[in-house]
Amino acid sequence: MALLLKDGLPVEDPWISLDDAVEAIPDGPVIVSLDRWRRDRAVLVARNSPVGVRLKSSQRTGEIAPDLDRVALVALEFPKFRDGRAFSTARELRERYGYTGEIRAVGHTLPDQYQFLIRTGFSTVAVPDGANLATWQHALTEIGVAYQAGVAGDTPLSLLRRKVHLAAAPHPQGD
Amino acid sequence: MAQAGEVMKVVSANRLDTGTVVWLAAGDVWVERLAEAAVLGGAAAGAALARTQTTDAAGVVVVEPYLVDVTVAGCGPQPLRPRERIRARGPSVRPDLGIQGAGALA
Amino acid sequence: MTHLSSAGAAGIYHYDETDRRFLADRVEQFRRQVARRLSGALTEDEFKPIRLMNGLYLQLHAYMLRIAVPYGVLSSDQMRGLAAIGRRYDRGYGHFTTRQNLQFNWIKLVDVPQILADLAAIDMHAIQTSGNCIRNVTTDQFAGAVADEIVDPRVYAEILRQWSTLHPEFSFLPRKFKIAITGSDHDRAAIAIHDIGIRARRGAGGAVGFEILVGGGLGRSPFLGRRLADWVPEPDLLAYLEAILRIYNQYGRRDNIYKARIKILVHEVGVDRLREQIAAEFERIRGPHYRLDAGIVDAIRSHFAPPPFATLPAVSTALDQARREDPAFARWARSNLTPHQQPGYAAVTLSLKPTGGIPGDATSDQMEAVAALADRYSFGEIRVSHEQNLVLAHVRQDDLPALWRDLGPHGLDTANAGLVGDIISCPGLDYCALANARSIPLAQEISRRFADLDRQHRIGELKIKMSGCINACGHHHVGHIGILGVDKHGVETYQITIGGDATETAALGQVVGPAVGYDRVTDVVESLIALYLERRTDGERFIDTVARIGVGPFKEKVYGAAA
Repeated sequence: MALLLKDGLPVEDPWISLDDAVEAIPDGPVIVSLDRWRRDRAVLVARNSPVGVRLKSSQRTGEIAPDLDRVALVALEFPKFRDGRAFSTARELRERYGYTGEIRAVGHTLPDQYQFLIRTGFSTVAVPDGANLATWQHALTEIGVAYQAGVAGDTPLSLLRRKVHLAAAPHPQGD
Repeated sequence: MAQAGEVMKVVSANRLDTGTVVWLAAGDVWVERLAEAAVLGGAAAGAALARTQTTDAAGVVVVEPYLVDVTVAGCGPQPLRPRERIRARGPSVRPDLGIQGAGALA
Repeated sequence: MTHLSSAGAAGIYHYDETDRRFLADRVEQFRRQVARRLSGALTEDEFKPIRLMNGLYLQLHAYMLRIAVPYGVLSSDQMRGLAAIGRRYDRGYGHFTTRQNLQFNWIKLVDVPQILADLAAIDMHAIQTSGNCIRNVTTDQFAGAVADEIVDPRVYAEILRQWSTLHPEFSFLPRKFKIAITGSDHDRAAIAIHDIGIRARRGAGGAVGFEILVGGGLGRSPFLGRRLADWVPEPDLLAYLEAILRIYNQYGRRDNIYKARIKILVHEVGVDRLREQIAAEFERIRGPHYRLDAGIVDAIRSHFAPPPFATLPAVSTALDQARREDPAFARWARSNLTPHQQPGYAAVTLSLKPTGGIPGDATSDQMEAVAALADRYSFGEIRVSHEQNLVLAHVRQDDLPALWRDLGPHGLDTANAGLVGDIISCPGLDYCALANARSIPLAQEISRRFADLDRQHRIGELKIKMSGCINACGHHHVGHIGILGVDKHGVETYQITIGGDATETAALGQVVGPAVGYDRVTDVVESLIALYLERRTDGERFIDTVARIGVGPFKEKVYGAAA
């Protein structure tokens, strides 16, 4: 089981992540692997419920790009937190393809990566059930300055240094 | 009981809080002097290593414990590899530093 | 919060309140991370990359903290702050590295949050001095001073420092990523052995642009950088680098740590195909979002304004007189001075390679002495060179005799910059957890063998570079004489190469012959030099002779005709 975080807070997760081995597709929003999407696309699209697609860290945006208007969520896997490919994948989805749906981080991530996730375009993070939510929430406000353009609400690179506001809550030292 | 001709071993690690080199002594406590380390045969050494994953009785937490091959001479265990000899004593180029600098080496 | 004194008038990037707030945030973040580790909330596996991103390694004897010296530039106040940290938390000394950084060897994890707070008080940190991220950007130690400079690389090194700091997309790369930049045709920053090497140039109308090399690196599979772009205009610099890093982040190998550097991607994909991929990515992303505005460049350039130089004659009579009267001073002036842009000034190399000393080590006392001398003679500013020396970049030629006399008591006046005794050496097995063999004591022995400085001057330019393992922190592949320590069945053994070069004529050294034992290395070095002295023609440096006559005669000299 995993908890879903949005803006640093746990939120209801309406999505069911479907294992490839499970043949039956339940009602409601489901997340399937890219392979499953390719195999069962007709069925999935005909359901009239939102579909999400899960990409492995080795799968690139180009593989899902033509279908993005039919996909309400893209889940990007972190097999281990050191595998940082999904940071680029998320950013490409936003900047290159203008994707506006939910981008979800699944797998092994650390609170210390939360700001990076948001700033490269992730919307939500699935964290393990036992995760320390206070640490995750705090991680969003830990660093109040960023030196480079990001995806989340950042203006063009008119200054190398900008202040970041990632969480709904104002920065504790905000100004 | 160690077999004849078997390479003897000690367990070593670094303390989490200070990074200090430590050796596993009898009673599964960590000590800073190799001379006080428990010298074990292969099977016993492996078992000792397996027991060290958590905090010891004195509350010492260590990082990445592993086995070190040693020979036992008159002055106690001596590591076979240069790396471990340097770890046990201190930098060869700074005899004033490390445990060798504490003036307590045999 | 301590602010830097205004005594230093040299152009240094001074932090503003935003930079300081960033650093304060970062210190508190790491304080909490250490607390989480000590409480057990973080495992070692999870904590390791976090501590590494703060420059904290676990070495043989203790933790080692690697402090970033951005592009090798320090104010005197910063140097004093480093000296104080060395005295308070370490054993009263530090080690300057080939990455222009400073390492302390005896650090306790529990002290690190406070050390980082002390560093923040002098506008310094240890961010990204390790880990699979973009490391401290390095440059020419004579930047902004040297006579042959075309573009001041510090401006762009600072821009890259800011751009790469906690980059949200590029902090978990396949492997570490090193960038070096030079602004002269003569490359003192070793750009060909970096993941990205940048040569700043001027085009039509004086516009700044950049030649980009990619895929240089030493280690297990050494490669020299390949040219990726001839000319990237200044406004596109960050977009082009983003394009390189994005391709690398996505396609660099993650299955094998030894094949994860970008040099392997360049090697496997081929530079031409990689160039096409990067160009395509670059074309997609160039635009306002990634543009480096001229306003930013101007704002950062203003930090590096020339210090208030006096108007002086080009030739100093005081310097000439001292040269004539004191051979020891003349010898030092011959090896340790570099021509300056400004008439009447010189850039001075302070050798951290005293005879028999540990290359790159400086005591806290020496650091404080250098800080005081920088205040007196060089506008309060100090450089660290990748050759592990310190530099006072802006000294009046009239002051050189006095500076030289002041250096003597601190052991900083060795007249060997660029000579046999000026050995680059990694810490090796005496400190480093990765090393296979010792390097420092061999460097000491070679330096003692050539203790006669006049002999060193007769031999001329000769760069010995030594590493205690294949990771090549001591740049042995590009040493005129390179020495690599290997562990052969528990015995320290050394492989010797000649003909390596880290400059604009970069080359990888060639193996002379079978590896030799610890006790033979110094003799081999002496034999190689003896053959060079026998065979050199007028004005030929050691590597010139190697290039002309090849490795064969050297091999024969060392191993005999039968070899």
